[in-house]
Amino acid sequence: MSTAAPRLRFRDAQIEMAHGAGGKASRRLVEGLIAPLLLSGTTELLGDAAHIIVSGTTIAITADSFVVKPLRFPGGSIGELAVNGTVNDLAVSGAKAEALVVTYVIEAGLPTETLEAEVRAMADAAARAGVAIVGGDTKVVEHGKADGLYITTAGIGRPIPGLSLSAKSVRAGDRVILSGPVGDHGITILLARGELDLEADLRSDTRAVLAFVEALAAAAASGLRWMRDPTRGGAATSLNELARDARLCIALQEDAIPVRDGVRGACELLGLDPLHIANEGQFLAVVSDEYAGRALDALRGAGCPEAAIIGTVREQPAGTVLGVTSYGGTRVIDMLVGDPLPRIC
Amino acid sequence: MKFVDEFRDAAVIGKAVEEIRRLADPARHYRFMEVCGGHTHAIYRFGLKDLLPANIELVHGPGCPVCVLPMGRIDDGLAMATQEDVVFAAFGDMMRVPGTHGSPLEHKARGADVRIVYSPADALRLAENNPGRHVMFFAIGFETTAPSTALTLIRAKAKGIRNFSVFCNHVTIIPGIRAILDSPDMRIDAFLGPGHVSTVIGCRPYEWIARTERKPIVVSGFEPLDMLQSVLMLLRQLRNGEAKVENQYKRVVPWEGNRAALKAIAEVFELRNYFEWRGMGFISQSALRVRDSYAEWDAERRFSVPGIRVTDPKAAQCGEVLKGVLKPVQCKLFGNECTPERPVGALMVSSEGSCAAYYNYEHRKTLTNIAAPA
Repeated sequence: MSTAAPRLRFRDAQIEMAHGAGGKASRRLVEGLIAPLLLSGTTELLGDAAHIIVSGTTIAITADSFVVKPLRFPGGSIGELAVNGTVNDLAVSGAKAEALVVTYVIEAGLPTETLEAEVRAMADAAARAGVAIVGGDTKVVEHGKADGLYITTAGIGRPIPGLSLSAKSVRAGDRVILSGPVGDHGITILLARGELDLEADLRSDTRAVLAFVEALAAAAASGLRWMRDPTRGGAATSLNELARDARLCIALQEDAIPVRDGVRGACELLGLDPLHIANEGQFLAVVSDEYAGRALDALRGAGCPEAAIIGTVREQPAGTVLGVTSYGGTRVIDMLVGDPLPRIC
Repeated sequence: MKFVDEFRDAAVIGKAVEEIRRLADPARHYRFMEVCGGHTHAIYRFGLKDLLPANIELVHGPGCPVCVLPMGRIDDGLAMATQEDVVFAAFGDMMRVPGTHGSPLEHKARGADVRIVYSPADALRLAENNPGRHVMFFAIGFETTAPSTALTLIRAKAKGIRNFSVFCNHVTIIPGIRAILDSPDMRIDAFLGPGHVSTVIGCRPYEWIARTERKPIVVSGFEPLDMLQSVLMLLRQLRNGEAKVENQYKRVVPWEGNRAALKAIAEVFELRNYFEWRGMGFISQSALRVRDSYAEWDAERRFSVPGIRVTDPKAAQCGEVLKGVLKPVQCKLFGNECTPERPVGALMVSSEGSCAAYYNYEHRKTLTNIAAPA
């Protein structure tokens, strides 16, 4: 018996930077080309990590690559990102990271000192996140063929008991919680490149969010429906995916969204939307109205003092994220289109 | 954030909206054109249409530099970009604008050296840092950006940097407005004047609109409160039967403009006899070219420019939308064949283009009635 070849919906003639930006084009590439050929399941399964059953035990598994330029920036470096990124993907899928493996793609000519600093940064980040690094691989490519250093990490995790997360369980009336200010990472990287004559006192927000996820999960109990860490493509892209998968509307109260002045200022000047800027230490959660207050308090108490309820889930218009201003205007908040800031993580 | 928050204050905005509702005559329909694409963007970004009474219609004008550029000029620029050792430098806005054989970004993916810069000075720095290559800056914009291009050319000449040139596509706003007023299918009651352009040219160049055409015009800022105040000022003029030029954006726009900027423009540029605008045809004296004294830095003279003329795709109605005759959604391609991700026309690309603004911020709102915010 033969199975029909999967139908591909990806029609772009070549791969462009936008396909890696985490927005609409990335989604099209993954759902239109990669998933149909590699994954037998539906696109709904494309969360931050897959939960699979091995010999009767559920484990979470995920992988992530890091190509950030520059390698070091205020608040962190590529090594730290590589650990936190994978730990966070597991955390927001409802799992505690147990072990990581790491791959380095190194450009010939990279100073040993630079590599050592990144390996040390990974060791420190893993210790802080309470996860073991258990193996990996190293490749070296010719000078000029990579930008110093690329790192890939893959991780497995143990599901946090009692959690069942899915866009499908989100209901109208639920609340959207954000763990802290958006845009710090992306704008920090942009400014760290020194290509703009702009300065701001900003640091990347890279950190492991597991402890915060656990605090929120304990307080929200069965009211916790969905989580996501809004990295590339920003909070707007994550919430658009939720709106689409849940077939509901996410209505954000614009002035409730925490954004630092430096990020707002840079975005105003450059014509960017903070909701499209990448984060590396924040997460979004949807919690039932009943538990939202408690969940927010727990999150604030656990080390996210700027956490906020930023919006509400509504029935209509389904599949859409809306921004509602304090003075009553509304706008549609779309996914990221194009690639305003390449190579941020 | 200073100079931003006070112009988005809910209580103050509420008062302005109330006053607009009181002044607007329910028996008549108002058509106000916002000339500038920055205003179009702000209207949708801040949801201002939700705040205005239904009988005040905002008509989007031609003030989006990327949008008014005909496709042939993009092809010309890209023809230069594909020559050996040429770096094509342009603002991010330009990067996804389709040419006949793809956008600058698509050319980049195929190997052309295409760079995003945030100012012409960045492009000049690029030339200084890459002496073996020629950096061609694709200059676009109204009088807002022309001074920085001019100052960059003055610096290039002073420093003797010869691996740098400008492909000049600067246009001037007044002939564009005149073309709209001359257009027989256009009925506009009053104008929101462009804020950024006016920081350079001041308010005097608009006086003929008030005097000869008897249309009120208010030069406006870009924050929600700025624009509502400007609408209010237009309503007051109409109610009093007046037609004058007013300046709402006094904190930024001097009535006489910026003399130093105008001097820089005059030093480097002169008016072209005519220039093609997308969808509006050739408009006389509507654009700038590099003067003979700067010929060495003029890409049009350094390179052989093919001078390509391309007609827009037949089904696209960019011209009608650009002139405000059609709303973006009334174009047959809107939202299906033409989206921000796969734009057919430039109005769907630039954040200042009315199609992109409408698509990004507005059109799905209309699919279902939205109740007041919870």
